[in-house]
Amino acid sequence: MGMTIAEKIIAAAAGKETCKAGDIETVTLDKLMSNDGTTHLTIDMYNNLKNPHIADPEKLVWIVDHNIPSDSPKTAASHKKMRDFAREHGITFYEGEGVCHQIMMENQVRPGELIFGADSHTCAYGALGAFGTGVGCTDYLYAMVTGTSWLLVPETIRFNLHGNLKKGVYARDLILTIIGKISANGANYKAMEFAGDGLKNLSIADRISICNLCVEAGAKTALMEVDGVALSYLEEHGRIPKAIYKSDDDAVFSEVFDINLSEIEPIVAKPHFVDNVVPVSECEGVKIDEAFLGSCNNGRIEDLRVGAEVIKGKHVADKVRFLVVPASRAVYKQALKEGLLDIFMEAGAMVMNPNCSVCWGACQGVIGEGETLISTGTRNFKGRAGHKDSFVYLASAATVTASAIKGYITSTDNL
Amino acid sequence: MGKVFRFHKDVDTDQIIASQYLLFPTIDEMKEHTFESLNSDFASQVKPGDFVVADENFGCGSSREQAPSVLKALGVKAVIAKSFARIFYRNSINIGMPVIVSKELYDVVKDGDEMDLDLQAGKITIGDKEYSCTKLPAKMQEILDQGGLIASLNN
Repeated sequence: MGMTIAEKIIAAAAGKETCKAGDIETVTLDKLMSNDGTTHLTIDMYNNLKNPHIADPEKLVWIVDHNIPSDSPKTAASHKKMRDFAREHGITFYEGEGVCHQIMMENQVRPGELIFGADSHTCAYGALGAFGTGVGCTDYLYAMVTGTSWLLVPETIRFNLHGNLKKGVYARDLILTIIGKISANGANYKAMEFAGDGLKNLSIADRISICNLCVEAGAKTALMEVDGVALSYLEEHGRIPKAIYKSDDDAVFSEVFDINLSEIEPIVAKPHFVDNVVPVSECEGVKIDEAFLGSCNNGRIEDLRVGAEVIKGKHVADKVRFLVVPASRAVYKQALKEGLLDIFMEAGAMVMNPNCSVCWGACQGVIGEGETLISTGTRNFKGRAGHKDSFVYLASAATVTASAIKGYITSTDNL
Repeated sequence: MGKVFRFHKDVDTDQIIASQYLLFPTIDEMKEHTFESLNSDFASQVKPGDFVVADENFGCGSSREQAPSVLKALGVKAVIAKSFARIFYRNSINIGMPVIVSKELYDVVKDGDEMDLDLQAGKITIGDKEYSCTKLPAKMQEILDQGGLIASLNN
């Protein structure tokens, strides 16, 4: 029987020829990513072990991105604990370089790898054909100590993409539309695999944006076929694949969706659920207090170019804060070079250092009671961006920037 | 016997413990803020042995293990939901907190009801009524029995 990409990666990591959905396999991990959201707790647990040791420090990648720069003495203490431990144990360590998943894509991820990340959006790595999945600190610690873990082999939902997105429609509109269609638990425990002739029309930035958000449908991982676009990206960043897999023609999928990209429209996910999606027009006129362009989902150079083009020569609306947060130092420098940050600054935006920012609601740009944020971030859960009685709408870089200019939710058509 | 705290569907981990508390040094410092956005009295009212009962997709969203950890630290005996998001489910087993699937309990129970759970028998008792719940898969029961995944590293 044929195998899916997910089955092939897990079989290889288990040292087997084959495996199938439903099997439980013991796997060897290729990389283990952790960030400042939980690492301080992992270190405490590690220090309480009878015989603490790390199977292979070279596989560990630690990234300070959630609350950087530190916002309180408590945060500073957690960061110090992480920094000191990483130095002592020779762990690859990034601090202030950018959002963990963007750093991983730029520097670490290779096709065919199996990667645990102590962050739910680790499924982003599927954009380069790697099996990334989010875990908590106990799973992380076990893998750190043993080099292995156990995995239930997931069923796969296959999405065949056809054609091309229309002008003014973005990958983010596509994945939010898919999540709206299959719901917030529509892919629970499953892999979401993307293939089809439409894939070649999507950039790596688009692909990361799509894979990254699959956890919002409950997915265990997201996977894309590795093609010339992915291989060029790897080459530019000085890496080679571990292995390149495609699902076999007779692989078993739990469901198959065919999606014509040209039928996707600009959409918004309304509070407080990511699957609560409607066309932008249905939210037209909703007053906003803040707009956010950034995050592991939508803070790449391609997204900043979209925002800059929309806002060039215009200005952020009165009484609205517009936060622009490049996803990494590399993105920041490129945006500087292209003059994009000048455009945002001229327009009255606040350009911040690369970090998770208001997407995770605990570092900067946190919103107050009754306030409304329109965001390119990952989530719109109740209180996600600050006060429990506040509101987050998710949309594309174009829609977010257009709304920042008008002071209410609107599309670029209405500028 | 324990008291039921009942929650709706798609309760995400941000509601269980919000981001602004995650970098607090210890779980004990975080636990006072459990379910703050949905029921600000939860942390002060919940007692060891009480239960969290929910609709579908409990624990969706972030991978923060702090979510099951604060519930365990407050003494919640088990979370019983129609279904769970996978990372929360796995994290709960790993730290030794039972997560039980019951398709019927949410629809028959009210906030504040007293109930009992027999994990081994897969049985829930409310008054004179009994309801069945799913027993854990063997692999997960094994982790739970040994007191969580970390315990196996210390053996």
